[in-house]
Order: sequence, then C-alpha cells, then structure tokens
Amino acid sequence: MATATPDAPPLAPAPAKKPPRRRGRWTPYWLLLPGLLWLFVFFALPMVYQASTSVQTGSLEEGYKVTWHFATYWDALSEYWPQFLRSVLYAGAATILCLVLGYPLAYLIAFRAGRWRNLIMILVIAPFFTSFLIRTLAWKTILADGGPVVGALNSLHVLDVTSWLGITAGDRVLATPLAVVCGLTYNFLPFMILPLYTSLERIDGRLHEAAGDLYARPFTTFRKVTFPLSMPGVVSGTLLTFIPASGDYVNADLLGSTDTRMIGNVIQTQFLRILDYPTAAALSFILMAAILIMVTLYIRKSGTEDLV
Amino acid sequence: MGFLKSIGRWLKSHFVVIAGLITLGYLLLPNVVVTVFSFNKPKGRFNYEWQQFSTDAWRDPCGVADMCGSLSLSLRIAFWATIGATVLGTMIAFALVRYRFRARGAVNSLIFLPMAMPEVVMAASLLTLFLNLGAQLGFWTILIAHIMFCLSFVVVAVKARVMSMDPRLEEAARDLYAGPVQTFVRVTLPIAAPGIAAGALLAFALSFDDFIITNFNAGSTVTFPMFVWGSAQRGTPVQINVIGTAMFLVAVLLVLSGMVIGNRRNRQKA
Repeated sequence: MATATPDAPPLAPAPAKKPPRRRGRWTPYWLLLPGLLWLFVFFALPMVYQASTSVQTGSLEEGYKVTWHFATYWDALSEYWPQFLRSVLYAGAATILCLVLGYPLAYLIAFRAGRWRNLIMILVIAPFFTSFLIRTLAWKTILADGGPVVGALNSLHVLDVTSWLGITAGDRVLATPLAVVCGLTYNFLPFMILPLYTSLERIDGRLHEAAGDLYARPFTTFRKVTFPLSMPGVVSGTLLTFIPASGDYVNADLLGSTDTRMIGNVIQTQFLRILDYPTAAALSFILMAAILIMVTLYIRKSGTEDLV
Repeated sequence: MGFLKSIGRWLKSHFVVIAGLITLGYLLLPNVVVTVFSFNKPKGRFNYEWQQFSTDAWRDPCGVADMCGSLSLSLRIAFWATIGATVLGTMIAFALVRYRFRARGAVNSLIFLPMAMPEVVMAASLLTLFLNLGAQLGFWTILIAHIMFCLSFVVVAVKARVMSMDPRLEEAARDLYAGPVQTFVRVTLPIAAPGIAAGALLAFALSFDDFIITNFNAGSTVTFPMFVWGSAQRGTPVQINVIGTAMFLVAVLLVLSGMVIGNRRNRQKA
C-alpha cells in the first residue's frame, strides 16, 4: 500500500492517515456484490450441485434421487484409475517440458533481447488469438506419418528409443503418448513463459554483475542467483501449466488414440454421450479434490502464498 | 582445432539465445503450418496433407456451410462476455484495493479458485446446475459461463494497475473541489484504463477461444471453436485455416500499431 513518503509536502492541511470513508461505509460491499454473486451462483453453487449429483442414483427416464450412494466414487476410481494416472503423468511431463523449453525464452526476453524484446513478446502472445483447436490440428500435419519430422526422428533412431520406452509405437508419432504430451506442452507453454518473464524481469541486472565480480561462473550465477530469485515465476508457471493440462481432453482426443485417454476424456464422454451423470460428477469431484490438495501442498512447500 | 574451439565458445556464450529461439520456433511452427495450408487444395475431406497451391479458400472464406455463422456467434458472445466480465471485475478490483471490508480472505479465494480449477470441472459442475434448474442450453448459458471464468482474470489485471496508482492524485482532485463522480471520471478512470483494457482484451481472447466449457453448456448451439471441433471429426475445410491466419495477422497488426502509437506519444511528451 502506498504511504506518503516523508519528504513529500502534505497536500492537504491536515491529512488523516487513511482518508475518512464515513459516507462510503457500504461502498465496498456494493462494488463486490454483483461480481461475487455471479461467482457464487455460477461457480460455487454448481460445485454443491455436482457433489449432490455424485451421490444420486436413478436413471435418465425416472429421474435421479440423492441416496448417499458413495459406492459411485469407489466404482469410478477402480474403473478409471488408469486414466487418472495417465492425466497426472502426461500433465507432469508437459509441465517439466514447458519449464525446460520456456525458461530460456523467458530469460532471453528479460535479459538478452534488447530492442527485439517487444517483438518476441508479441510473437509469444499472438498465437493466443488463433483458435487453439486450429493450432492443435496443425500438429496432425507436423507429426504426420512419413512426414519430415517423423522421417528425421526415424533416421536419427530417436523413434527406436522412444518406442522402446513405450511413448511411441513403431514409426508413428501421431496417436501415441508422445504426440499428446507434445500438444499439451505446446498449448500451455505461454502460461509458463509469461509468469517466468514477469519474475525474471524484476531481477536487478546488477546482481549478475556482482556475481561475476565475485568470480562466479555464468552457470554458478544462474544456479545461485537467477534461478532462486525467479522461484515465484517457476511456481505460478508450473501451476498454470499443470492444472489446465491435467483436465484437458482436447489434445488426447485430437492427437492421441483410445490408449491415451485422459480423465478429461472420460468425464466428457460420461457427461455428454453416455449421460451417466453420477459417475461423471464423481470423477469431476475427485479431479477437483486431487488438484486442490496438490496445489495447496505445492504452494505450502514452495512458500509462495501471494499468487493472486 | 582452434576453429572448433571457437565454435564451441560461441555456442556456449549464445546458449540462451539459441535455446530461446528454438522454443520460439516451436511456438510459431503451428501458425506457419496453418498459414501455408490455407493455400492448399486438399484431395479428400481433410486438410492435413499438402496437395497443390490454390487461393480458392481465400477468395471464398464463407464458402463452408455454417462456419461464418458460428464465427459471428462467437464474436457476439465474446463481445458481451467481455463487457460483463470487465464491468464486474473492475468493480471487484477497486473494492479489493481501495477499501477494507470483512471476509477479505473468503472473497480472495472465491476469485482465485476459478483460475485454479481445471476447465472440465467447472464445465461439468455448471452443466449439473443448468440441468437441475431445467435451463434451456444455448446463447445465454454460454454467456453466463464465459462471464464467470473471465471475471477472475479481469480482477487480476485491473488490480495490478490500481495498486500502483498514487492515491494522492485523487485527493488532489478532491482538494480542487472535484466531486466524487468527477474525480472518478476525470482522474481515476484514465489512470486505471490500461489495466482495464488489458483485462478486457484478455477476457475477449479467453471467451472467443473457449472450447471445453462451451462444449458442455452450449446444447445444440455451435460456436466457432465447436465448429472446428466438429470438423476435426467430419472433415476440415481449408476455410478454417483462412480464419486462423486472418485472426493471427489482425492480432499482430493491432498490437504493433498500438505499440507504434504508444511510442509516438511518448516521444511527443519527451
């Protein structure tokens, strides 16, 4: 909060520390009311409805009733744990890849781009304005069977290694876990780069010089000075990548196969095609709880409370 | 050997630049593909393989049934969602920065949670609400959903700007006998405008491009992302790439011209 600096002359004869707001005692509540009501009715209340739907039994024709049928959760978990596991693995791999790929670019924009800074920044953000579905479909062309990318990977024997690891199949990349992770990484990379850039940009460049003057090699400077100072960006970047990636079903659907279905795909199918609302609600509730627990633990461990 | 060594040294000192540019290439490659394939003349229904150069799609961008209708629907929804989310979000941001009130922690978490929730969870739970209320799925349910998930992003963008404002400017306006309304319109709003504009732009982009939440709550209404999704199953017309390319170009041009105008203004001030 801005407080008056001691050397600034007082603007009013006797300014109170906090301007009196007697007239506006209710103003904050009026300002908050419409927006919070919106969030309450269309965000918080649906969670309650969802929780209630998840313990209902019945059928579409006869209607559903709350019967506290918690077995739905058990059935859903025992049937769909592979998809849950896959979501965590794919989203985790995509998050790590985003960090590895995004850090150099964020660093480049913050310290090395000079007059190119704004242009590179625009190029990072501009793809946002082309529908992400169109851009994801473009990966079908890039990774096409027999295309240049697959051909190059094949002649370098990369695909032999990846098929041995089980993330590609034969000489195909499309319809394999690698394609899905590649798409997830691509789609959420800007969400990693922007917070990283914000926290890197705040670092005083003189700290690098100081480290250099104290005979730190560039890598030591990075390890001991730059990286620790960019931790807030790393934390919010990984969260902004992992959370949407874990619930995503677009990449798994467009670039994957039935063997790469994630939990988002299951929730979508149950809700919109099979119309098994209790199971879908239970799965969605489990996903929400898992994310909230993970996020809370992660934030507590990395010690950055002030994310908003 | 000396030659190789100097190459090695050059690579070492430019490592960050090279790695960063590779990432930038990874980010832009799909846009290049989208652009190139907007000039394709595919043989089958799917536009994934290069056949031959043609400008057919560019000369007839609305030649596909229902596509331009879905595009204009998406633009309309994004327009109203931007207005709704920007007004509500700006009000919340001002309340959060300028006033003290009870239950601040609860308010903060109600704003933070929509951003920390996978879209599919919000989408599914909102659909259960609409189903329970027996609401007719369509334009209005999409708009409600879009305002809901854009709101928090507007709050964050506006809050950052309002927090960096000097409150003494408003006090000065009051001291010069400006009324509360006049102070707000003539002093507060112009200073907060860049933050509000950033929030509105973000809301527009988020709403226009949203697929997951819309897919759950649209019923039989088809927005542009839903049209693209459907075409991925039925056959992708080249016109989709035309729209994608045009959107990318318009966005880059808008931002570039904004920057040029901003630079010129700064130079005039100096």
